[in-house]
Amino acid sequence: MSDYIFYPGCSMESSAKAYYESVMAVCKPLGIGLKEIEDWNCCGATEYLSLDITPAYALIARNLALAEEQANGNKTIIAPCSACYLNLAKADHYMHDDKAFGNKINEALAAGGMHYTPGKLAVRHLLDVIINEVGLDKVKENVVKPLAGLRIAPYLGCMLPRPDYGKRYSDTEHPDELDRLLSALGAEVIDFPLKTHCCGGHMTQIGPDTAFEMIHRLISSADALNTDVIVTVCPMCQMNLDAFQGQMNNHFKTNFKIPVLFFTQLMGIAFGEKAESLGFGSEFVSAAEAISRVRVQAPKPAEDAPVAKKKTPGLPMPPLRTKTDHTQEAGR
Amino acid sequence: MTDVVSVLDPHTSHTKREDSILLREVSLRTPGESHVDMCIQCGTCGGSCPSGSAMDHTPRAIFAMLRAGMRDDVLNSNTPWMCVSCYFCTVRCPQNIHITDVMYTLKNMSLEARKPTMPVASPPPTAWGLKNSSIDPKKYNPTAADFSKTFIWMVENFGRSFEIGLAGVHNVRHFITRLPNMTPMAIGMLTKKGMSPLPPKRIKGMDQLGKILQRAKELESS
Ligand code: SF4
Ligand code: SF4
Repeated sequence: MSDYIFYPGCSMESSAKAYYESVMAVCKPLGIGLKEIEDWNCCGATEYLSLDITPAYALIARNLALAEEQANGNKTIIAPCSACYLNLAKADHYMHDDKAFGNKINEALAAGGMHYTPGKLAVRHLLDVIINEVGLDKVKENVVKPLAGLRIAPYLGCMLPRPDYGKRYSDTEHPDELDRLLSALGAEVIDFPLKTHCCGGHMTQIGPDTAFEMIHRLISSADALNTDVIVTVCPMCQMNLDAFQGQMNNHFKTNFKIPVLFFTQLMGIAFGEKAESLGFGSEFVSAAEAISRVRVQAPKPAEDAPVAKKKTPGLPMPPLRTKTDHTQEAGR
Repeated sequence: MTDVVSVLDPHTSHTKREDSILLREVSLRTPGESHVDMCIQCGTCGGSCPSGSAMDHTPRAIFAMLRAGMRDDVLNSNTPWMCVSCYFCTVRCPQNIHITDVMYTLKNMSLEARKPTMPVASPPPTAWGLKNSSIDPKKYNPTAADFSKTFIWMVENFGRSFEIGLAGVHNVRHFITRLPNMTPMAIGMLTKKGMSPLPPKRIKGMDQLGKILQRAKELESS
């Protein structure tokens, strides 16, 4: 089969390099060839749609137009980031569904000499391609190091199962695709009740208290279920649950330390790849101890850099809020 | 798209016409058939919303306000800005209303009501004047809108976004008191994740993208 069209998205180049490396490491043995869209642009995340709908869709559609132009046999775009996936799928869906809208977006594309034929390409997330195209048998064939004894909470977040324009997932709220994949790797899969709840999205940037609340719900639920590792399918979910776990702990005066990994990192481990080549050690909450349960040595993240000493005279800073409201904490 | 007016009272009173204009505008600006006029006020959306507690009106209330033609109240509400696009409401709504997409439309309209002209890709924050005096510039979430603007400023200038610069600019502007708390994280981004603090490389088709976005903006306002 010819190569899939690959849309990596901006995070894969920066905060989610671990995802990029591990995607590459697992696609090869599964026979998934990936050809990156040349000169792709940012999908706009949820931000451009908030400001300006028509340009937001035009921005997304430039990628679809490039992909259509560069497609060679295989008409499927794989996007491993849930937000990118949904944006590309959404643009294709509405351009197809609403002809006048499709024409408007194509009129904008024409200003750059481009065109996209709505419905021409299938937009899919890597998880869906692995489950529904490659199949779990092929996955099992590749498992040389079963993840036996590792308790994993499968976490999908919002934008993969919802709204699911392509009807590719078993349920919009409690789908089992990721569970089945992790079971095929030999892991002990937790029936995680909050698997499609929100990670806080961009609220970590615009309303951190709201975000901490959402992150806390997920992490404390995973903790109550004796989770060794939370597995994600999206760079934003991974970032919110991992990098903000410390700040969330400060906010709620808790001390959770649950590692949060990309599903492809654990697939790589089960496929016998070296942890070093799968981006281990780039997480904030170290996964080394959890991974040692399956007798794999993973590099630890770099030590936390010391916070600047208080006494040194620096920039004048407004006083910090010292008291956090714990009343919410009770009864959780 | 459905003609919203046609589902309302044919003996349209002045108020009813005002109402239908607002509903129709939201419907026209939302891609696809959003069914915005079909709400039965069941409250499923509000009950499903993870940011409900931070909103000053539930999504259900917003749909009632839209139908009542309460334009300024809707555009002053923080509700769309607190939406995290989780799509729970959208998949649960018994009337198949595309609630999340409507929230995007309302964010667009709320910003538009606050500015005489949209500056093209200007680095935020932008001091936007007021067009409609009853729209209170303080009564929406400027943090959310500014985050979107900073993000888009990057995309319109580089074709790619980059998280460190984005978080940096944004937090200096809005959460200066949080910076000491943020520092270990920012350093972690560089040491643990090996992220570059430099902006991304511009895409080759930056000119082309600029023309596409320019045309899209004209089409949006036409
Ligand atoms: S769930 Fe749908 S019908 Fe029910 S109140 Fe919300 S928008 Fe209206
Ligand atoms: S999509 Fe927005 S409005 Fe709907 S439930 Fe989620 S946060 Fe609330």
